[in-house]
Amino acid sequence: MSEEQIRSLEKQFDERILRDEKIEPKDWMPEKYRKTHIRQMSQHAHSEIVGMLPEGNWISRAPSLRRKVALLAKVQDEAGHGLYLYSACETLGVSRDELYDQLHTGKAKYSSIFNYPTVTWADMGAIGWLVDGAAIINQVPLCNTSYGPYARAMIRVCKEESFHQRQGFEIMLKLANGSPEQKEMAQDALNRWWWPSLMMLGPTDDKSVHTEQSMKWKLKRKTNDELRQQFIDQTVPQANILGLSIPDSDLKWNEERQSYDFGEIDWDEFWQVVKGHGPMNKERMKARVGAWERGEWVRDAAMAHAEKKEERKEKQAV
Amino acid sequence: MSNKKNWPLWEIFVRSKNGLEHRHFGSLHATDAEMALENARDVYTRRNEGVSIWVVESKHITASNPEHNGELFEPAQDKVYRHPTFYDLPDEVKHM
Repeated sequence: MSEEQIRSLEKQFDERILRDEKIEPKDWMPEKYRKTHIRQMSQHAHSEIVGMLPEGNWISRAPSLRRKVALLAKVQDEAGHGLYLYSACETLGVSRDELYDQLHTGKAKYSSIFNYPTVTWADMGAIGWLVDGAAIINQVPLCNTSYGPYARAMIRVCKEESFHQRQGFEIMLKLANGSPEQKEMAQDALNRWWWPSLMMLGPTDDKSVHTEQSMKWKLKRKTNDELRQQFIDQTVPQANILGLSIPDSDLKWNEERQSYDFGEIDWDEFWQVVKGHGPMNKERMKARVGAWERGEWVRDAAMAHAEKKEERKEKQAV
Repeated sequence: MSNKKNWPLWEIFVRSKNGLEHRHFGSLHATDAEMALENARDVYTRRNEGVSIWVVESKHITASNPEHNGELFEPAQDKVYRHPTFYDLPDEVKHM
């Protein structure tokens, strides 16, 4: 194809997105669109899969059966979300194996928030309330994104996600209204998860390299800073209901902006964690790669079994 | 590394309730049809989304090429006479 032809196709493509038309797997698309989508969707899928690890840590130690079934269901949902997203990603011609390989070799990223440890039961509450809360803010606009399979996966993910946040908030509420020790545990979890949750919404707009292109393709409908502000404005009143305090001395209602002003985020910490130096990066990858490798013989055996069954069926048919 | 054979991809169709058609829900990997059904139950119907599941190995699906959409679908565009509004009837004929 000549460059001129490509330019004309790209123009038509941009116009389709502008008209709110969806792009489907077999449609022509610019190579950059394909690559960017593989990157973002796979990062998203990896985050769901790695995201199971910090919570898996507490399933066997949940304080009651009610909490245990809820946490199990939540972690199972995350596996499901990972699978929806991997499938959507595969429609762009990349194989599941390549995607896993990118995760396992560290070539692909996942959300930096999962590189923090879950040291108390209250962390299950804080993750559901804050981390899933921030994830919802990120994900809801993606239900309208331009790539059909991604948008459809996100609609399903968002439907399931609100239970996650509610179960987290309920855990926080129970602890916050419990004994002084329990309340302290809830406050401690909020102290540790607050700033990483703000970072989770991504670098500030002036540092975000993909924003402009992503906005055009509706991979992003709001900038990181807008999403962060929305998250803060919606979460502060919830902390008040819990009777817990947000660990930010600069947090203050701004009457003029009708929004909260907030303190400086420690971006050095964010970049350290992104680069692999967070408290749990190594541990998470070790657990993930280990599970994948230990499961290899099972996957191979299942495949061999299926082939044997198929052969037997063919022989009987003769 | 073992001589790797990847699990094939399956397309999953779910009937959400009797009276409705099966609809495409997504895809997943499984070694055979039976496992595809079991996995589909866990991946796509955790909240009573279905009463029936079809699984089809993706390689068996033949899809039309969007580049041929013109020749495939455009001929229908100028056949307005296939629509009821094409026909002029007096107002007295109320419902037809």
